Formats: sequence, structure tokens, C-alpha cells
Amino acid sequence: MATRTATALWARIGVYAFLLCAAAFFLLPLYVMLTTSFKTMDEIRLGQIFALPSSISFEAWRAAWSEACTGVSCEGVRGGFWNSVAITVPSVVLPILLGAINGYALSWWKPKGGEWLFGVLMLGAFIPIQVMIYPLVKLEAAIGIYSSLPGIVVVHIVFAMPIMTLLFRNYYAGLPGELFKAARVDGGGFWRIFVQLVLPMSTPMLIVAAIMQITGVWNDYILGLTFAGRENLPMTVQLNNVINTTTGERLYNLNMAATILTSAVPLLVYLISGRWFVRGIAAGAVK
Amino acid sequence: MSGVNIQGLSIKFGTNEVIKGLDLQVHEGEFLVLLGPSGCGKSTLLHSIAGLIDVSGGSIHIGGQDMTEAEPSERGVGMVFQSYALYPTMTVEKNMSFGPRVAGVPKAEIARRVEKAANMLQLSALLQRKPAQLSGGQRQRVAIGRALVREAGVFLFDEPLSNLDAKLRAELRRELKLLHQTLGNTMIYVTHDQVEAMTLASRIVVMKGGVIQQIGTPAEVYETPANLFVAGFLGAPAINLVPATVGADGVSLDGALPLRLSAGRAKPGQPLVLGVRPEHLRLLSDGRWRATVELVEPMGNHQVVWMKRGEQVLSVIVHDGRRLAAGDELGFDLDEAALNVFDAASEQRL
Repeated sequence: MATRTATALWARIGVYAFLLCAAAFFLLPLYVMLTTSFKTMDEIRLGQIFALPSSISFEAWRAAWSEACTGVSCEGVRGGFWNSVAITVPSVVLPILLGAINGYALSWWKPKGGEWLFGVLMLGAFIPIQVMIYPLVKLEAAIGIYSSLPGIVVVHIVFAMPIMTLLFRNYYAGLPGELFKAARVDGGGFWRIFVQLVLPMSTPMLIVAAIMQITGVWNDYILGLTFAGRENLPMTVQLNNVINTTTGERLYNLNMAATILTSAVPLLVYLISGRWFVRGIAAGAVK
Repeated sequence: MSGVNIQGLSIKFGTNEVIKGLDLQVHEGEFLVLLGPSGCGKSTLLHSIAGLIDVSGGSIHIGGQDMTEAEPSERGVGMVFQSYALYPTMTVEKNMSFGPRVAGVPKAEIARRVEKAANMLQLSALLQRKPAQLSGGQRQRVAIGRALVREAGVFLFDEPLSNLDAKLRAELRRELKLLHQTLGNTMIYVTHDQVEAMTLASRIVVMKGGVIQQIGTPAEVYETPANLFVAGFLGAPAINLVPATVGADGVSLDGALPLRLSAGRAKPGQPLVLGVRPEHLRLLSDGRWRATVELVEPMGNHQVVWMKRGEQVLSVIVHDGRRLAAGDELGFDLDEAALNVFDAASEQRL
């Protein structure tokens, strides 16, 4: 027995050692970014990349938010932040809603040709988006929404449809079919059953879909650059402009701060939704 | 209240014909049980009455009106499902009132109906609970309540007790029968459990392969089964089936139980199957035949004795407390009036 507990102890130590190494590996870049962002340029020039800042300065953060130059204008990344919010909110709400309706219709009402349509939609998910960018530009230009907020939102909706439909279709297909039958006998129509019965049961999947969509849309670069237009460029595009400014000194502290600001939203989504996510799954498991 | 009249009904799933030209008349106020093994089409038939399955031919009239193409909610039916199918995010009260709310019934009327159904089913204390906070029996009561609140003419039950344990099942079975006596509505009840069918039904419809095998009162179906399938499906322990051949004189039967049968319907040389219910065999020391006890199953108020005569296994129900052991040799006899005779080839009753 003694050797057995000793073996278990060593196994435990090994597991923790591995986990600590993995955590350090992933946290190190974040550590460097955070410490650098609080340093002054003089301190950065010393080249001690892992050293803690001698004194904490929020100057770089303030500058990144409201003063950093992107090309000719020097208004920081805050404009991009609000642009990203304006793009993300409709690009999360609408695809989730449409995906839920699609999934509900496909799995519960089984319309004629629905399976075929779903197959085509899934096929669309495997075509690289680069293939579709040029045709989409021409299409949006033809209907007059290219280079505008609706233009970029429509593109996000289109590209989210396969995965959102798949998620909700599979989730709803797992719900007992007799629920649907009972609701039909009770007189529920398409929309009433969806709004009063199906949507309230969808919380876990709504959270999963929201996490996927928020991070996906917020981190998008190429679609925002192509379809949003100069006035609506998302934060990721602005961040790139800030960092790639070719004139003058490279402000590492400002660049780090701007990068952290840009990634703050997905980071927060993960931190906050993690426990909701688990809770939602657990609530679904206990019938 | 209303009856249901089904004529020439056929239902196809793809190319597979599940129900074939079925006729069925459900009388007003009766408790009709559709009985059969899984896959016999009994649930499909029930769902087509509810309007949840499209029919490919024939007609369904409910309360005298053609409802073949009507929406489920327009048919005046309430339905109870095996899995209860309660709306998980709604309270018991909201579950029960969902149908009338959709139909736009006035609030006071809904409240009256919910209260009435809740009292009838002892759910009054549970109205604000969610389905997840209820036991299996309570959930099924809510499902029944939800059907009651619709004040439908016809109630449809799709194996409602199958998910409950044996004790609860017996309890709810009694409650359902009492409910039917109180309300007097037409009820159509699907089950594969012959005990439920026997105890609840005014009439039993035995189905197999989408075709009705026999319709009759529980006593008729049990005592005079129309064919070998019905005979074998009803009764526990199962009916004893004894192969026999009609002798040259047309009245003497050869086989494991040679006897003379006065019925002249069978021709000489025709192979038959005799169906003898276990309660119609009697252990008699001076009986016509002898057999060896193979196994005894004590059931408390009776015992089932399995005996062997040559290759033929026979079960007998014994009500006296006599002690029997494997290997005992017994004499036995049977009640010829209660004998069922089937043609071995067509499996139909003669």
C-alpha cells in the first residue's frame, strides 16, 4: 500500500508540474504585455523584458485609448472600439436568432427539402471565405450597402449561418419530440412554440453561440477591412494601423496597451461566461 | 363528448405502409384500448387521430365532423404522452393552461378549469412547481391534467404509464379508470401491457402489423381469441398451445393430449392447435392424462405449475396450497368447453 500511495503522489506531482509549465507557457506573453504597457519608454530601452516596471504608469494606456495615431488622425483606438461594438452587437444577435429559427424549423417542423437545404448550407461552410470576398463585394456594391455598417453585418450573418444552424439544429433535435407534439395538440403555431417553448429551453446553446459569435466577430480582421468602409473600421484594423505606423519611434508600451484593449472583450467574455457555460450545461443535464 | 369514426385509413412512411385500410368505430364515452406489440402501428394510429401524422388514404371523423386534414388543435382532442412531454420552463399551472391560453379562453374560465383538474388529480399544492421538481407520478398527473383542461371530447393516451414503476403504474391505472367513470369522455388508450388493457378497456382492439386482429370486450378477447396471435398475446402465463391432428373419424384428436371433440368443423387429417388457458387445466389424480412437474412458481395467492408431458410443456394455475415439487407425477384434465381450437395453417379460430 505504501508504494502505491507513493506512486500516486508522484503521478500527482507530475500532472501539476505539467499543468504549471503549460500555464506559464500561455501566461508569459500576457505577463510581458502587461508589464511593458506599464513601463515608460526609457525603462523599456533597458531591454529587460521580464523585469517588473519600476513604477506603474498609465500614460501608455491613456494614449492608446485616445491619442495614438492611425495614419493621419490621432484619436487612439477608442473609435475602433465603438465601431467594433456597433458591428458586433447586431452580428451576434441576428445570426443567433436566425440560426435558432433555422435549427428549430429544420429539426421540429421538418419542411420538405429541409435536409437538402441543410446539406447545401453545410457545404458552404467548407468553402474558404477568400473565394467569396470578391463576389460579395460586387454583390453588396450592386445593392448599395458596400462599405457600410449594414454591409459588414450582412457579411457576418451570412458567414455565421452554417455553424449557427448546425448548433441549434443538433441541440433541438436532442429535445424530446413529444414536447413538440404536445404543443401542437395544445394549438401552438410555428412562432408561439418557438418563442414560448423552444427559446426558453435554449439558454445553454444561446450562451455557447454567443461566445462563439462574439469572439469570432470581434477578432475578425479581413471582413471588417473589406466590407465595413473607412468610417466603420473595427478595432482590429485600427490596432494594426497603430502598430504598423512607420514614422517615428516604436512605442512598445502604447502598442502593448492597445493590443490588450483590443483583446479585452473576448477575454472578458471567456472569464464571465465560463461559469455560465458550465452552469447551463449542468442545468440541461439534470432533467 | 364525441365518438371517433375511422374508415379505410392507410398511413405510409416512405414506401412502408404502416397502417393498411383500417376501419374502426370508437363509440361515444367508451374506453377503447389499442393493444399490440411494439411496431404494430397502434401509436401511429393514435397519432393520426390526433393529427400529428399525415394520412395517405381514408378518413377520420371526430364527433361527426371530418377531421382528416384538420390541425391537431382543431380536433377537440387532449393527448397524454409516454414521456409526459411537460414544458420544462413552465410551472405546473402554466403547463396546464397553455392550451386554453393559446385558444384565447377568458382568464376566469382558465382558472376555473385548472382548479377543477388540479383538485381531481391532487395537484393543487404543486401548481407553482416546475416539472423538474416533481416525481414521475406527479408529472404524469400534470400531463393528464393538461389534457383535462382542454375539455376535449376525446382523450388520447400514448402508453402513459410505461415510464412509471410497477406500484405507481397500478395506482395511476386505478385513477384513470375512476376518471373515466367520473367524466364519461371517449378515451383511446395505447399500450403493449395486457394488464392495463384488460383492466381499463370497455373494448380492446388487438393489432399486429398495422392490421386489426380482433375487437371485443376484454372478456371476449381473452376467452374467445380470433386467432393464435391474439390467444398468445393475452394472458399470463401464456395460453398453452398443443398441436393436434384430426383423426380419420373426424372427432378424435391425436397429439400430446388425445381427446374426442364433438365439433365437426375440422376435416380428417387437418392439423390443429389447441389453446388451453392455464386456469382451465385441473390437477386431478384420476384425470385423463399424466405429466411430470418441472417447475413451481409460487405467486402468493396461487401457484403456477409447469409440467411436461412428453415434449409438451403445460402451465397450470393451482389455487389450493398443496405442496408440489419438481419430479412429482400428476394426473390432470381439462375443461373442454373452454378449449380454443385453431387451424394450424391459417392460425384462425375454428
